[in-house]
Amino acid sequence: MKIIVCVSHVPDTTTKVNVAADGKNIDPAGVKFILNPYDEFAVEEALRLKEKYSGEVIAVSVGSDASKEAIRQALAMGADKGILIKADKSDTFAVAELLANTLKTQGADLILLGKQSIDFDGMEIAPMLAELLDMPAATVVVSLQIEGSTAIAEKEVEGGKEKIALSMPCIISAQKGLNDPRYPSLPNIMKAKQKPIEEIAATASAPRTSVIKMDKPEKKRIGKILQVDGNANAVAQQLAQLLHEEAKVI
Amino acid sequence: MNILIYFEERNGSIRKPSFEAIEAATKLGASSIAAVVASASSASVLNEQAKRAGIAKIFTVDDARFGEYSSKAAAKVIAEAAKAFNADVVIIAATSRGKDLAPRVAVRLAAGYVPDVTNFSVNGSTIHATHPVYAGKANVTMEVTTAVKVFSTRPNLWKAPKELSTNEASVEALSLNLDESDFSDRTKELMLSQGKLDVAEADIIVTGGRGLKGPENWGLIENLATSLGAATGASRAVVDAGWRPHSEQVGQTGKTVSPTLYVAIAVSGAIQHLAGMSSSKTIVAINKDANAPIFAVCDYGIVGDAFEVLPQLTEAINNVRRH
Ligand SMILES: Cc1cc2nc3c(=O)[nH]c(=O)nc-3n(C[C@H](O)[C@H](O)[C@H](O)COP(=O)(O)OP(=O)(O)OC[C@H]3O[C@@H](n4cnc5c(N)ncnc54)[C@H](O)[C@@H]3O)c2cc1C
Ligand SMILES: Nc1ncnc2c1ncn2[C@@H]1O[C@H](COP(=O)(O)O)[C@@H](O)[C@H]1O
Repeated sequence: MKIIVCVSHVPDTTTKVNVAADGKNIDPAGVKFILNPYDEFAVEEALRLKEKYSGEVIAVSVGSDASKEAIRQALAMGADKGILIKADKSDTFAVAELLANTLKTQGADLILLGKQSIDFDGMEIAPMLAELLDMPAATVVVSLQIEGSTAIAEKEVEGGKEKIALSMPCIISAQKGLNDPRYPSLPNIMKAKQKPIEEIAATASAPRTSVIKMDKPEKKRIGKILQVDGNANAVAQQLAQLLHEEAKVI
Repeated sequence: MNILIYFEERNGSIRKPSFEAIEAATKLGASSIAAVVASASSASVLNEQAKRAGIAKIFTVDDARFGEYSSKAAAKVIAEAAKAFNADVVIIAATSRGKDLAPRVAVRLAAGYVPDVTNFSVNGSTIHATHPVYAGKANVTMEVTTAVKVFSTRPNLWKAPKELSTNEASVEALSLNLDESDFSDRTKELMLSQGKLDVAEADIIVTGGRGLKGPENWGLIENLATSLGAATGASRAVVDAGWRPHSEQVGQTGKTVSPTLYVAIAVSGAIQHLAGMSSSKTIVAINKDANAPIFAVCDYGIVGDAFEVLPQLTEAINNVRRH
């Protein structure tokens, strides 16, 4: 089975977000970049399927040289090779299109992604890729089984799960719960340094969206803090009154 | 401006976030609003519901294969309806299905797309759409530069219209050729946890954190939730410990919620937790540590021991609600 995993290189979740001078991006100073956490679930799932059915796992990323780090991380987990599509990420659609152009020639049986990249939290690439490649897709998947040429995926939805049958080749985006990603062992980290990363130079098409501004959400919380001081009953009543009369939410 | 809204159906009813999209459409200055449904439910049932929402027109598709939902096929239907209606804007509520559909529809219409919109501002023909990024630590405001624009709107932030319209919506059955390959992803089964309100849909949420010490104490959370008519949520620490199922987790790796009232009990307020709930209308925190970060983002807080406060609060709320 040939499996492609799309990986993105994103700021660590604990990053303190400061808006850059241009007012449109985050200030990259002091920001640590990591393999997108949801992509770890995708890589892990690919590796498990390879262990079961044999085959090949290829990690693909769109971005600058820095994105090689994300690919390297996937290689250290056990992917066989990497592809870096070197281009400016002009907008999400452009990234999806660049991925689609490369994946078209790969003939993969399965394409795995994370459910969202934790920078713009868009959840866009998997469905866009599905349209561009004319493939079935299931997103936010917490369980995946292969039965012949059909993939059976369970997707998280409001109030429960949906079971989806997809004819392969297909696209799956991974949610936490799909598996427990392995930690790369030291020997595997060393081995990953020898694994090939193919570089493809590409040009992104014109963006369809543009960022007007980025700002921090303004805090408009009331912030009324009550102290128990030995009388829980009194503060409880006070809070109930506030919620009823001031906030009018109960 | 012609605006097309996707009406998401579950068990014969249009879901609330789809109705909320009508307010978003009105805010954008829609001159004409239509809706599209892609399901096997009969047009008359849906028409009755659309009538209440004051929608002028409904596009349907008469295809029994929609008995099993397919995002691939549904995206095709929505895109065709957008073309038939000459839609300038397509709005799809950012439900789990909507987040899956909207990017597909955007690709089909060669349209720019902004996900999970929490606010619009309109200046002439220019639309600015704001959506939270970096786990809610920042907002970006985007402009879509294509003629046709697709947005998904975050549930629970907009109001579904209340007034009853007497207008009968006209129903147009789209004629399009869907072949088997359009249905190559099919939903076979919807497995709902019985009788439990989901955090993603609830108007009030009571969330418990690690400070509650163990699953044996969840009765306290459930009692308060019952008195408020709320769903119960959990922090990741609680889910990782196996006290509560992942479906209840709120936050970056769980669900994003924006209820009217969010009550966080013995939750420290880590940034990844805040990511999932900071757009809630009113936030209440109960924590014994006065320096817990959750207090920095709450409207009302109680510094105290949850084990002492919860039974009292449940009773106080029952009293308020009784009167
Ligand atoms: C990539 C990543 C993703 C993450 N995603 C999520 C996510 O989706 N959701 C999420 O919630 N977290 C997430 N986290 C974890 C997050 O960083 C925190 O570890 C987690 O939210 C802590 O849960 P907690 O507040 O229940 O526990 P703690 O941080 O241990 O806090 C317990 C709180 O209870 C209070 N307390 C203790 N006893 C009492 C008492 N008797 N009465 C009142 N208060 C009491 C304490 O003062 C403390 O503030 C993520 C982390 C990472 C790295
Ligand atoms: N630049 C990129 N290169 C490769 N894959 C990406 C890139 N950006 C996002 N992805 C993939 O798409 C998923 C969803 O991202 P997004 O739609 O941006 O939230 C991620 O988890 C990755 O698997």
